[in-house]
Amino acid sequence: MKALQQRAADLKAEAQRLHKQVFEPASIAPKVTTPRADLQAQSSKLTSLEEAIRRSGLKDGMTVSFHHHFRGGDKVVNLVVDKLAEMGFRNLHLAASSLTDVHAPLIEHIKNGVISRISTSGLRGELAREVSMGLMDEPVVFRSHGARGAAIANGELHIDVAFLGASSADPLGNACGYSRSENAKSICGSLGYALPDAQYADKVVILTDDLVPYPNTPNAISEHHVDYVVKVDSVGDSSKISSGAIRDTKNPRDILLAKQAAKVVVASGYFKPGFSIQTGSGGASLAVVKYLRESMIRDNVKASFALGGITAHMVRLHEEGLIERLIDVQSFDKVAAESLKTDAMHKEVSACEYASPEEPGSATHYLDVVILSALEADIHFNVNVLVGSDGIIRGAIGGHPDTAADSALSIIVCPLLRGRIPCVVDEVTTLITPGATVDVIVTEYGIAVNPRRPELRERLLAARLPVVEIEWLRDKALSIIGQPAALPFGEKTVGVVLARDGSVQDIIKAIQP
Amino acid sequence: MQRLRRTMMFVPGNNPGMMADAHIYGPDSIMLDLEDSVTLAEKDAARLLVYHALQSVDYGQTEMVVRINPLSTPFGRKDIEAVVRAGVHVIRMPKTETADEVREVEAEIERVEERLGCLGRTQIMAAIESALGVVNAYDIATASKRMMGIALGAEDYCANLKTQRSQTGDELRLARETIVVAARAAGIDALDTVYSNLNDMEAFRAEVEFIKTLGFDGKSIINPRQIEVVNEVFAPKEKDIQKARTILAAIREAEARGSGVVAVNGKMVDRPVVIRAQRTIELAKASGLIDNEDF
Repeated sequence: MKALQQRAADLKAEAQRLHKQVFEPASIAPKVTTPRADLQAQSSKLTSLEEAIRRSGLKDGMTVSFHHHFRGGDKVVNLVVDKLAEMGFRNLHLAASSLTDVHAPLIEHIKNGVISRISTSGLRGELAREVSMGLMDEPVVFRSHGARGAAIANGELHIDVAFLGASSADPLGNACGYSRSENAKSICGSLGYALPDAQYADKVVILTDDLVPYPNTPNAISEHHVDYVVKVDSVGDSSKISSGAIRDTKNPRDILLAKQAAKVVVASGYFKPGFSIQTGSGGASLAVVKYLRESMIRDNVKASFALGGITAHMVRLHEEGLIERLIDVQSFDKVAAESLKTDAMHKEVSACEYASPEEPGSATHYLDVVILSALEADIHFNVNVLVGSDGIIRGAIGGHPDTAADSALSIIVCPLLRGRIPCVVDEVTTLITPGATVDVIVTEYGIAVNPRRPELRERLLAARLPVVEIEWLRDKALSIIGQPAALPFGEKTVGVVLARDGSVQDIIKAIQP
Repeated sequence: MQRLRRTMMFVPGNNPGMMADAHIYGPDSIMLDLEDSVTLAEKDAARLLVYHALQSVDYGQTEMVVRINPLSTPFGRKDIEAVVRAGVHVIRMPKTETADEVREVEAEIERVEERLGCLGRTQIMAAIESALGVVNAYDIATASKRMMGIALGAEDYCANLKTQRSQTGDELRLARETIVVAARAAGIDALDTVYSNLNDMEAFRAEVEFIKTLGFDGKSIINPRQIEVVNEVFAPKEKDIQKARTILAAIREAEARGSGVVAVNGKMVDRPVVIRAQRTIELAKASGLIDNEDF
């Protein structure tokens, strides 16, 4: 073997052949000898919000995205959009996993032209009211959580810059929905709805209220996906994701609905060792687990996993050994968030892994039973969870259509009457979850089974459950309340509901004030 | 068929939301209250609400009871007029101490029923809430053929007795036993007083078990969450159901033979045993333990 210098000619020839330069020893940068704890504080990703926005290359008309894991306590959307307005951006597309009543300040930014388009799963509060009355020229695009994940992954919903709040992040961008440091300021648990944004957005900005030393592992979001890290005072008020203790509904009607739904599960034929279950938000559906627990203990039926919005009830059953694993796209309360932090069997998943219609392995495909709430259901078993009976948007699609479609058994718990509002009607105000995917509707006056599931009907009857026809429920509601006046919808389209496959499923018209 | 009265749920007569769907929780009886839960200023409004609830809400098989104001107030007679017109099943008298009070209410009911042409439609029950009421329990229970039950009202009774309610309920013992015995002697139902601590369901269950042992037909309740507990306590055990089935089968067999003598395994069955068997089956049906078609 020739000496290195003697090989110079050969190196040159080989470099030419590979279209590369010849290695030059002097080109090596001087070795950095700074202690690494000091070095990480100089991370090039660490910057101010304004600087991160500037360096991200964001331009007018582009798409910015956010997650809603802090729900009513979120501070990131308002903070960032205020900054974007201050920096003079216009015509931005705001693509959030959901928006709540704390986002009312967006109304001014919409009026001022900072935000001209919104994509979300839900809208509530004053913003929802204004949108319902025609605030925006461009209709709001509503997608389910699974459909949003799929749309981001397949490029239909392209995100230019994602602004993602995290309860801890290190200077390189490893981020979590909780913090293991003693300076922890917030906790939201799973960052599942932020993970597609982190993976697919062109630029990712992590905002955190607890900047911790590298490495912030195990991490939800990997530094690999993160471009900038911004330290802020607060990303969210954790007390508003829900209370810390197990929320026990005291409402007798919710308890009645929950007990009936639990009986439906037990009698359904799916209540077997290794079954899987999910409950949606809402007092009655969340409480089902509490009553199902008694049957699980009595019959020695243990679940393989619980999915979705994970609650303190679910965590309790998991810790009692009744549910083997928790799959968590969103933590519904602090108990669930803490459990995610400490329990290896409590797994954080992205919206895609949770419910993407385009991923054969998404968890909803392996879900036996889902229990969901509803604003309205109709005689064709269609369900509305988005638009109130007053025509005003007041909810979120969430994972409703995803879980209803993919599960083996979908159960809707819905009071027949809410005050003077009938909840089983001829036709839902807005179609969110198609009736073909809804199997059972549990009301305080009786249980209706979709005619597509005659075997279920037989099982529920055999269990002496009060099975009635869906039309009977509608008639019952009408006999008590009377026919409500038609809603004064106008011509302007204020919202578009996309189906899971991306097709246009329904539109929402402006409501007259 | 004897009506089951395991649970009589109190619903304030000024709360339309609760009145509209009280029956969905499955109480045996609903008592719409015009007396203690309604302030003086709301007496007329509540009476009107209760009237319309009775007329327009489909309460199904639930027995509808209204607690009226005393006849000594300006409201009592108007209450009777309104609820009899509305077709109430039972008028529950507030604190009752003598048989004369029952007869007074009966006369008022009759006056209204005569005008409506439905004489005898409305039943009466009385609340016994004082020492005098306990002493007169049998007289009260037999004061009218409309009497269907007597109930203990423990709070007023304890005040009258110069004591207060305790965990053990020792202070109520004589009143409870007297009321059950008076009711049985009169051939009507006996209902126990309310238990108001909703956060202690175990103590509630213990009390229900105790009053069942004393012989009460059921309990007054203040919240739908109490219904399941009462029904569980009153639900017959499997072996009692089996025994009752055998006895009722023997009765049918005796009827088929045209014989008045009922025998099981060669032994004659006494009438009380037959009555108890019938009640067991009714309770089992109401508890969803057996099908209606079975009997």
